Amino acid sequence: MAYKTTIRNHTYQFNDLKQLLAKASPLRSGDVLAGVTAASYEERVAAQIALADVPLKTFLSEAVVPYEEDEITRLIIDTHDAAAFSPISHFTVGELRNWLLGDDADTLTLQQLAPAFTPEMIAAVSKLMRNQDLIAVAKKCEVVTRFRNTLGLKGRMAVRLQPNHTTDDPKGIAASIIDGLLYGSGDAVIGINPATDSPAASITLINMISQMIERFDIPTQSCVLSHVTTALKIIDKAPVDLVFQSIGGTEKTNSSFGVNLSILKEAHEAVLALGRGTKGNNVMYFETGQGSSLSANAHHGADQQTCETRAYAVARQFKPLLVNTVVGFIGPEYLFDGKQIIRAALEDHCCGKLLGLPMGVDVCYTNHAEADQDDMDNLLTLLGVAGCNYIMGVPGSDDIMLSYQSTSFHDALYVRKVLNLRPAPEFEAWLLKQGIISETGDLLPVHQSHKLLKSWI
Amino acid sequence: MSELQHYIPGVQEDPWEALKAFTSARIALGRTGQAVPLKEVLNFRLAHAHARDAVYSAMETDMLTNALRSNGHTVHLLHSMAADRYEYLQRPDKGRRLDKHAEETLKEANKDKDICFVITDGLSATAINEQVLPLLGELLPLIKAAGFGLGDFNLVQQGRVAVGDEVGALQRARAVIVLIGERPGLSAADSLGAYLTYSPQPGLTDDARNCISNIRPGGLTPQMAAGTIMYLLKEAFRLQLSGVNLKDEYQSGLSGG
Repeated sequence: MAYKTTIRNHTYQFNDLKQLLAKASPLRSGDVLAGVTAASYEERVAAQIALADVPLKTFLSEAVVPYEEDEITRLIIDTHDAAAFSPISHFTVGELRNWLLGDDADTLTLQQLAPAFTPEMIAAVSKLMRNQDLIAVAKKCEVVTRFRNTLGLKGRMAVRLQPNHTTDDPKGIAASIIDGLLYGSGDAVIGINPATDSPAASITLINMISQMIERFDIPTQSCVLSHVTTALKIIDKAPVDLVFQSIGGTEKTNSSFGVNLSILKEAHEAVLALGRGTKGNNVMYFETGQGSSLSANAHHGADQQTCETRAYAVARQFKPLLVNTVVGFIGPEYLFDGKQIIRAALEDHCCGKLLGLPMGVDVCYTNHAEADQDDMDNLLTLLGVAGCNYIMGVPGSDDIMLSYQSTSFHDALYVRKVLNLRPAPEFEAWLLKQGIISETGDLLPVHQSHKLLKSWI
Repeated sequence: MSELQHYIPGVQEDPWEALKAFTSARIALGRTGQAVPLKEVLNFRLAHAHARDAVYSAMETDMLTNALRSNGHTVHLLHSMAADRYEYLQRPDKGRRLDKHAEETLKEANKDKDICFVITDGLSATAINEQVLPLLGELLPLIKAAGFGLGDFNLVQQGRVAVGDEVGALQRARAVIVLIGERPGLSAADSLGAYLTYSPQPGLTDDARNCISNIRPGGLTPQMAAGTIMYLLKEAFRLQLSGVNLKDEYQSGLSGG
């Protein structure tokens, strides 16, 4: 079906929903690379005007990626909750935007509506929203998940401790873990990106973190971010807390990652059966990021933000503990500069939250992107205001294995301090007990005799 | 009697400096309040500045051309379809193709040789300017000694790895070696990568290549890199392929970072 807008006697026509969404999308380099972006500023606004008038019901009948060709479209359509959708079924996209910002859309209502939304509806409404709207709406959402602690509560911000090492040296990794713990990081997960994806290396690392968690009785979980098939191979040989996988928003994207819904289901069931969570059963960890579909030539002509939002349909099927967009990692051909990275991060965070996901953000950039620490400070602060579930904690912001810059343990302290955010409650109690933070949440000086240091120094 | 108090601009040091022995990660930085002490902030900023400067550095084409010609090699100066750095960073597709002048430039090029070279800036011309000649100093004698027919050297500005496919195909080389500046990290902004592609043709993807990464002082030495490339070259010509089906048994163990 075609969509039209007339501006000063010029009629813009958009052939289908996919094209309308792409042309309504705020400018970013990846959509230019894909050749799907609006040809002018005016055409972009014309597309947004047309998009505002599209009834939400249209998204249930007009697929962006064909139903017959894509198992994620089938998942979206087949699991759509018509009953939950009923209270908003008469809305247009524009009306949804206005309603989301109104006082009726409170935390509980938004939680109940999550299954009413399809990714494309949410991608559409986000394209009409300013950064301010993305922050205000996300802040109203609350998505709480549990494994060995409670993540996502309002007024809290957790940190994934990311102690990567160029050669997976266990001592080098342990050194970064201790550094992070003594800086109050690690409540979201202690999660390593292994330098090699071998089962043996994964087992060594999982055992190492697991022993630290047990020995110091830390209320957190471990994860080695190897491929899901590697995790499946070692699940009966190592104490696996969480299974990780990078996912995308089309079947072809996921197939380029070597996964599909059935492999993810198998992994989810296998790790659930271990029953290692003490507070809850959220056992999956997913990473996403705009641009992955185009990068795999699997975008079906859709814009990268719509593809990204479709990945959230995959994630929510498995009730994950953690989901984060790796927003600035992919490079400037997809998100060129600080402005585009910030916009994309706020979109991903807000869209994920509306769809019921425990969204974190890897606030990050590469050295060939037009971005620096100042851009990351801006984004980190905005995400703190928006109620982001967690960020990354990398020693000194410098990931020596993945060669990119993310947020540091110090950055986490900064955002908690200036916005009065606290760690996950169980982890906060542990930090107090260890003498790492004070009652007011400030870091305390640590002596060399501290038990976390004793066996190492 | 009241005395004016003097504030102390001190930083809180971390008593686990000793752990730095186990990792090059930026641990035990200390703090002031919750902030990183200025000395470490400036260290980080300097590393990022080196990386940014490397991304925007330019190939010293005169220096490279003169050095290669004085050794009797034929050198062609080429440009990708990416007009400048700005376009290069946003349009990887353009960095993979030669511009419209290339075909004319290459008319007189030597054809049907075993190996031709493509030297291209990639994301760090600094790496090209500093690592290429030392590497070739080790590699070319090995190539000659092994009896391979050496073709031309092609300097490509604003190029990506795959631009080597088009150059190699135009010169009908049996294999192309692309030397390219790697994406700068904070620890190294001058790292060179070497990619070997057997039977180069436009449209090939990365699974058709073998890569030797991290060639730089403190990483893979020119001698080690040349040895690895030579091993892969001989294997590629023996098996008549390159890429995922050609395993690098000549492990150096020095890559990474």
